[in-house]
Amino acid sequence: MSPVFEVSGLSKAFGGLKVNSDISLAMNEGERLALIGPNGAGKTTFVNLVTGRIPPSAGSVHLAGEDITKLGAVKRVRRGLVRTFQVTRLFPDLTPEEHVVMTILQRLGRATRIFARFHGDSAATDEAAEILATLGLTEVARRKVATIAYGQQRLLEIAIALAQRPKVLLLDEPAAGVPSSDTPRIEEALASLPASLAVLMIEHDMDLVFRFARRVVVLAAGELIFQGLPAEVARDPKVREAYLGSYAHAGS
Amino acid sequence: MPAAASGSRTLGRDLLGLALIALVGLGGYWLFPDNLAFLTRVISVALLVLSLDLIVGYCGIASLGQGALYGAGAYAAGIACVHGITDPVLLILIGAAAGAVMGLLMGAIMLRAHGLPQLVLSIAIVQLLHEAANKASSITGGSDGLSGMSPAPLFGVFEFDLWGRSAYLFGLGLLLIVFAVLRFVTRSPFGMICRGLKEDPLRISALGIYAFPVLLNMFVISGTVAGMGGALAAIATQVVGLDSVSFEVSANALVMLVLGGIGHLYGALIGTVIFMALEHIVAAINPFHWMTLVGAVLIAIVLFAPRGLSGTLDELARLLTRNRWGAGR
Amino acid sequence: MQTALSIAVDALAYGMALFIICIGLSLTMGLMRVVNLAHGAFAMIGGYIASYAARDLGLGYAFGIVLAMIGTVLIAVPLERLLYRRIYDRSELSQVLMTIGITFCVIGITNYFFGPTLKTIPLPAELARSVDLGFRGIAGHRLFVIASGLVVAGGLWFLIERTGFGIHLRAAVENAPMARALGIRTEIIYAASFALAIGLAAFGGVVGAEFLPIEPYYALRYMVTFLVVVSVGGAGSIPGALAACLLLGAIDVTARYLVPDFGNFFFYLAVILVVCAFPRGLMGRAQ
Repeated sequence: MSPVFEVSGLSKAFGGLKVNSDISLAMNEGERLALIGPNGAGKTTFVNLVTGRIPPSAGSVHLAGEDITKLGAVKRVRRGLVRTFQVTRLFPDLTPEEHVVMTILQRLGRATRIFARFHGDSAATDEAAEILATLGLTEVARRKVATIAYGQQRLLEIAIALAQRPKVLLLDEPAAGVPSSDTPRIEEALASLPASLAVLMIEHDMDLVFRFARRVVVLAAGELIFQGLPAEVARDPKVREAYLGSYAHAGS
Repeated sequence: MPAAASGSRTLGRDLLGLALIALVGLGGYWLFPDNLAFLTRVISVALLVLSLDLIVGYCGIASLGQGALYGAGAYAAGIACVHGITDPVLLILIGAAAGAVMGLLMGAIMLRAHGLPQLVLSIAIVQLLHEAANKASSITGGSDGLSGMSPAPLFGVFEFDLWGRSAYLFGLGLLLIVFAVLRFVTRSPFGMICRGLKEDPLRISALGIYAFPVLLNMFVISGTVAGMGGALAAIATQVVGLDSVSFEVSANALVMLVLGGIGHLYGALIGTVIFMALEHIVAAINPFHWMTLVGAVLIAIVLFAPRGLSGTLDELARLLTRNRWGAGR
Repeated sequence: MQTALSIAVDALAYGMALFIICIGLSLTMGLMRVVNLAHGAFAMIGGYIASYAARDLGLGYAFGIVLAMIGTVLIAVPLERLLYRRIYDRSELSQVLMTIGITFCVIGITNYFFGPTLKTIPLPAELARSVDLGFRGIAGHRLFVIASGLVVAGGLWFLIERTGFGIHLRAAVENAPMARALGIRTEIIYAASFALAIGLAAFGGVVGAEFLPIEPYYALRYMVTFLVVVSVGGAGSIPGALAACLLLGAIDVTARYLVPDFGNFFFYLAVILVVCAFPRGLMGRAQ
């Protein structure tokens, strides 16, 4: 099976500073991959490169066999490469339902219709209700986002992503900032993502990574230093050094 | 079904709002029969301020050049009328079309930049058109203004008489239609995306939506509305002056919008009426006192009521209802 | 040939006068991120003070300039404390509205006290006569303006790049909390830069009065010109402002000589073309 998402030799340098160098990874349909790395490892740059926010210095990105390296951010989204945001980017005055309806309308090519009622599209409204129900957001579907809990806002980010029916989903720290009492709800939502969807999760929280991912890659100082099973990652000397510095040597 | 219920509720509110505007408009007609020419000008400027609200309030693009769209409509209608097209409805449509074309041009230019350079582009465009209209005096009448229009009776029946009764009622009808359409447009999927772009363009692009065509569409709609306002002024006063395409008219429109409240269609109307009524009274006494007053009001709005009159009223209403809830518990 | 030379000298002098007025605006906008549309109002106040001192009190041109700069700053500093300080971190639209408001007030009040007529600032004899350059005479005032512009440009560059104040200013602009943590009193830095910008505006208002005559609507009439020039140059850049002033000044003066009935047409055409080609200004910083 050819990979649905493939990054090869991706590099980015700002002036002389290499923030991402020669990163290669591939994902198949239905994969659950986690990208981890200490602060300043270049994760944000990687996300920006993959989503087309900034152009790479070298390397390529393929989605479903198509070279999308030269495509802009919007075109990549339209081809099925969808992301969530590390810091919630929602419209505080709109309701969750309106967020999801807007997203579905865009997928159906009706998002910018001028002579139509936003709330009058029953196909979109019904589908939105369904998605919100699977994420347990039905109760707050018609409240302004500004008034719902942060954990629910994070779930809404996932709902929006799902409404886009992506081929590849980039989850940028889905549990960031969520109180620990709410993380089980996020994990539940992640576990119920469509089985065929390829999911790349960028995350700090190792517990979440171990429960979610079947494969882990580690980014440190802009380079991929490890690819393998979650169980192996903690034993890898290079990873220990990246996270713990020379302390790791002293301890071993 | 709740969605349908909320739909019919907003429809009811809209009808109520339209009825209220019609009522106030007709009230003006009965109360100030000698000032109908002025009241018609208020309606014409209200259309300009509404059109500016679409750009500033719903898309978050600051513009000090909205007079370009208003003037395009005024001159197009005026020139057409001088050359023998005298049907008022047709003239309004000509003004709308000219405004739309100018909106397309202006949007295409302004959307190349962001922030301050964008604001400067809007000013440069209106100034450029001002100079062009001045220079092309054989077509536009230059600094003397374009005159010699005599619009035909409305629907072939109602003459544009000396007291301006037909012109005023015509303008009021036009305002009601435009207002109803804009209420609909701002609540369409397109209107939602515009407001989204104002708040967070990155989020919208992450949904797979291009900002440029959406915003350009809004510029065209805005131009259509402003152009109608200009055409109405041309028909009603039967003169088009250089001041209709000027920085001053653009800046005044922004002040009225801010006074009424950005991002509210009702705010645009309220701001226009209050500003022009005050101007009518104070500027007649001393134009420089008027400037001082406007300046002081602007400073006060920025310091104490950044959301304008309608936003402040909203907030007050919310506070009051919240207090009532609190007392009930 | 004679005409070309006199156009060139006028264009250069006009550009330099614009530069002296606008560089303060460019600094407040680029460094302090305040869109101060009332900048021209302060240039106008400077002109009024100089006119009053030189014409009505007979104190002389040089004294008029000094009084104008001091007086305008004295008027501006309380405004900075009362009004400007509240909009430093507000949106551009708020800043535009507040400073338009200040402009309107200044116009209304000026007219109340001084009336709507034009105020002249009599030139001293040395500047009024023409200076012989061998092949041709040039009005002394033009040379004075050009020289003043060069001195202002050089002085500002030195101040910002080579002095302790400049280092503190740049630190406060780059990262205000960090600068405060290092013990830099940012509000004093801001107030001082604001005063400097206003002082330059007043200076420019006086020496540029031959090109931009002093009357109550001055503040509004040239508000747009100043804003446009700064934006074209790229806010905060001294060479950018200089380039924009010289370029647009040259276009404006030349067009007025050659095709006077087009008014400002070519000026604004140039503005649109430049902003479309350089959306961040000629030498604007990347954001």
